[in-house]
Amino acid sequence: MNINLTLIGQMIAFAIFVWFCTKYVWPPISNALHERQKKIADGLDAASRANRDLELAQERADETLRESKGQAAEILEQAHKRSNQMVEEARDTARQEGERMIANAHAEIEQEINRAKEELRMQVARLAIEGAERILESSIDEKKHRELVDKLATEL
Amino acid sequence: MAGNNPTSAEYIQHHLQNLTFGHHPEHGWSIAHSAAEAVEMGFWAIHLDTMGWSLAMGTLFIWLFRKVGKKATTGVPGKLQNAIEMVFEFVEGTVRDAFHAKNRLVAPIALTLFVWIFLMNTLKLVPIDLLPGLFAQLGVDYMKIVPTTDPNATMGMALGVFFLIIFYSIKVKGVGGFVKELSFTPFNHWLLIPFNLVMEIISLLVKPLSLGLRLFGNMFAGEVIFILIALLPFWISWTLNVPWAIFHILIITLQAFIFTVLTVVYLQGAHETH
Repeated sequence: MNINLTLIGQMIAFAIFVWFCTKYVWPPISNALHERQKKIADGLDAASRANRDLELAQERADETLRESKGQAAEILEQAHKRSNQMVEEARDTARQEGERMIANAHAEIEQEINRAKEELRMQVARLAIEGAERILESSIDEKKHRELVDKLATEL
Repeated sequence: MAGNNPTSAEYIQHHLQNLTFGHHPEHGWSIAHSAAEAVEMGFWAIHLDTMGWSLAMGTLFIWLFRKVGKKATTGVPGKLQNAIEMVFEFVEGTVRDAFHAKNRLVAPIALTLFVWIFLMNTLKLVPIDLLPGLFAQLGVDYMKIVPTTDPNATMGMALGVFFLIIFYSIKVKGVGGFVKELSFTPFNHWLLIPFNLVMEIISLLVKPLSLGLRLFGNMFAGEVIFILIALLPFWISWTLNVPWAIFHILIITLQAFIFTVLTVVYLQGAHETH
């Protein structure tokens, strides 16, 4: 418990330890700590930036999706419209064609009928003349009565 | 221990005696064989145990922190690095809170003081007779292993701090500024200069004294209690010295912390201009 040289010794030891600590102990630990602090801060920064980027990309993707959906709907509608139109057109053409064919057939039938009528008339006229010839034998002057018979034929 | 069943008083005396090496008027340079011889050596003697253990603890501190510092990674730290960093950040935070001037030396001083004093105090938790008994077997009579129970050690550090206070006061304010501060506080009037000087010089001198004696007093008192408990019969002494040791874990840390914080505060005062 006496105060003696130990006091001085302890002071010197204190000075040496402080010097050593300042020179060799403090800087590396301090550097490591601050570097790590900076690293963590940078990491957090990067993370938040990435988050923001992700949000932005998500938004853009959503928008693109929405846009393309709209386009697809439009294209589909146009196609529908176009197909409807085509069907309508086809139907129209078919109807017209049918009508035309019907008209043609009608005309042909008419013609046939007329021709048949004409023939029938001729045959009737000849038959009539033949019949009359048989009845009257040669008493009829063909030239004379020809006129009469023709008139008769047209009346038929 | 001196063997052959010492009395309680002898036991206590023996445990409070440092291993002293010095110049004895009769025996010349030698190790003191009794308390009386140690006293007769006067100032030119050295406590080998105090110096040895404090140097050992200081070296342990430097070695441990240097080892961790050299391998310190900025990535994920290991367990040891984590523990060291915890102490480091604790001290750094304390210094940042209490010290606002620009001085790169204060934080390392605080770290050195805190860890060194803590390690020296921790020696107190070693059972009281273990190391002295071991050294007695080796023929070394006296061994007081806790350096902070020696006023030389605590006052040595406190005086170191005192010189730092003086040094930075003069460095920051200049000799004139320092003298002016001593002369014109607390009362800013030329008539009261002598009164101010007496007050300020006393308060300046009290700083290292309170620093060193507080640490010494706490540690010495705790040590004496441990010695007294050790005098009880062995089958009862653990009921007292276990709680006392657990309580001392707190005291050890607290005293190291108080010494450190007061040092930082005093150095902050030295950097302040009033």
